[in-house]
Amino acid sequence: MWDYSEKVREHFFNPRNAGVLDGANGVGDVGSIKCGDALRLMLKVDPETEIIQDASFQTFGCGSAIASSSALTEMIKGKTLDEALKVSNQEIADWLDGLPPEKMHCSVMGREALQAAVANYRGEEWKDDHEEGALICKCFAIDAVMIEDVVRANGLTTVEQVANYTKAGGGCASCHEGIEEILTKVAKDVCTAPIAETKPTPASVPVTAPKLTSFQRMRKIEETIESIRPMLQRDHGDIEIVEIDGKNIYVNLKGACVGCMMEAATLNGIQTQLVEALGEFVRLLPANMLGRA
Amino acid sequence: MNDAPIYLDNNATTACDPAVVQAMLPFFTEQFGNPSSMHSFGNKVGFALKEARAKVQALLGAEHESEIIFTSCGTESDSTAILSALKAQPERNQIITTAVEHPAILTLCEYLEKEGYAVTRLSVDKRGRLDMDEYKSALGPRTAIVSAMWANNETGTIFPVEQMAEMAHAVGAQFHTDAVQAVGKIAIDLKKTQIDMLSVSGHKLHAPKGVGVLYLKRGTRYRPLLRGGHQERSRRAGTENAASIVGLGVACELAQEHMAFENTEVKRLRDKLEAGILAAVPSCFPTGDVNNRLPNTSNIAFEFIEGEAILLLLNKAGIAASSGSACTSGSLEPSHVMRAMGIPYTAAHGTTRFSLSRYNTEAEIDRVIAAVPAIIAQLRKLSPYWGDSGPKEETFAPAYA
Repeated sequence: MWDYSEKVREHFFNPRNAGVLDGANGVGDVGSIKCGDALRLMLKVDPETEIIQDASFQTFGCGSAIASSSALTEMIKGKTLDEALKVSNQEIADWLDGLPPEKMHCSVMGREALQAAVANYRGEEWKDDHEEGALICKCFAIDAVMIEDVVRANGLTTVEQVANYTKAGGGCASCHEGIEEILTKVAKDVCTAPIAETKPTPASVPVTAPKLTSFQRMRKIEETIESIRPMLQRDHGDIEIVEIDGKNIYVNLKGACVGCMMEAATLNGIQTQLVEALGEFVRLLPANMLGRA
Repeated sequence: MNDAPIYLDNNATTACDPAVVQAMLPFFTEQFGNPSSMHSFGNKVGFALKEARAKVQALLGAEHESEIIFTSCGTESDSTAILSALKAQPERNQIITTAVEHPAILTLCEYLEKEGYAVTRLSVDKRGRLDMDEYKSALGPRTAIVSAMWANNETGTIFPVEQMAEMAHAVGAQFHTDAVQAVGKIAIDLKKTQIDMLSVSGHKLHAPKGVGVLYLKRGTRYRPLLRGGHQERSRRAGTENAASIVGLGVACELAQEHMAFENTEVKRLRDKLEAGILAAVPSCFPTGDVNNRLPNTSNIAFEFIEGEAILLLLNKAGIAASSGSACTSGSLEPSHVMRAMGIPYTAAHGTTRFSLSRYNTEAEIDRVIAAVPAIIAQLRKLSPYWGDSGPKEETFAPAYA
């Protein structure tokens, strides 16, 4: 059962201004059929003063959607259109003594219906610019679309960064797996580093390449890494060779590659290229493994 | 007028039978011993578990007592079964399940898909029925396990799991069924089937929460989920939840005794409730395979209104039910079961499940039939999809976010 405030319950059981408004001259229809809410807001506006003389609503939705609609009509009656447009979704929620995080979108829908109704009155076209995703962070009510947008726009690579930019994951931390999934998804899309599709199978490496001297081999490794660096640099990352010890090659990932969700995949991809270039099986390891392997 | 609350949400959970509670009580006090211990404290508890196991065995019609493994819940049984099949048959990498399973199966399969396993989800038709040809063509030499629920939790629709188990065996795959809704409501005789594994949840049949069963047919290759002590013959380590297991034993015995009642009297009340509502409320329809479903479940889609709002008003009238709407779960989408059946969004959001038990009375059903029409009408008055006396002629087509 949702933890609805007394005021939400009261406005659900006894909604104000419900039903069709005769003589309405501004109507806004908005909704999200997927999440089960749709709202028609009807306004009667005085053309002289632009004051909202009356408002009513019809809502297909849950308890908080109906309560938010009822609250909105009460809040905007008597206001001018410009004053009414200043009402934020947070104010609608506050007016109802708060909404559960999963239900904040109900107040957003109220605000959008208001914008749509005002646009309708003024003969303008209203376009919705907000796409809603599945709720990821319940502490701060942040959805998947919002997180993905911010991750893409700012090139974020860690859960900590996501928390700093969006607050998502900064509370109870139980959504970190979900945030990591989004980071992985975005990283796969935007990362230009060579990512191995499948793990290389050492057994299948043909040992047909001519035997290299130690010096030639080191040069070959260096050349291969150098050819990959520009791809990493494009993503604000980089790589340097620290040590070559037999079949183990130790490297440092730098910049955005550090702590990136795709770190293991990046190393795997580079390793595949090295194996191909050298014609022998080598292992690419982070430098902090030096002396341990 | 009597206004005691009416509980019609028995597919969510059930009340513990008073006889179950009575049987459990000594195991919180004087019978506190660990059944693994050598002394008499433990020994008595050990005997009580043996007795409970025999009662579960009888209800399921299992051939051997050792085929019953006690777990902590249905979800644990489901996870154990599927992960075991994959571990025990590493040469096979495909899981076949259905689009309408409980999240205990579907979420696990999604996770296993990310780990590289191939998952096939069988579709259902408008009445929630599987297509056996689709199933047959999905089966193959790489199929490790088929997991299909015996009865659906939302609609009560029954799947032909006995036939499906035989088909799975024909390709050498294991067969598991999540039977948490079916056990105790319909007769089951596992020794006559080829079902390898079956999940039971105690709290769905008047036993307490926190206890479940995994039936494991003798000879089925198996790998435990929990390793540790030798409890349950090392197939599920961890000290036994003795009190709850004893409670589950009694609950199974009672379910056996009431099986006929469930399929006659409870079914009659369910049919009366459904017919009464359908007759009194316009624009609503029952979902699922109404001719082949659990005797206690009725799921009705009320069009053009939203389920959570229905539940809040029902609750105010003292009636407890549940809904497939998105808002009741906090997710964005209405029930995956309704979507799999192709129920339109405006109806799927208004689906309401009434699930009865042997405790419901005729007077309660009459009260619900009397209360529902006004609640639906009240919400439709608020709905932009609804006119004065029926769905609006002009289409309401809001700008969707």
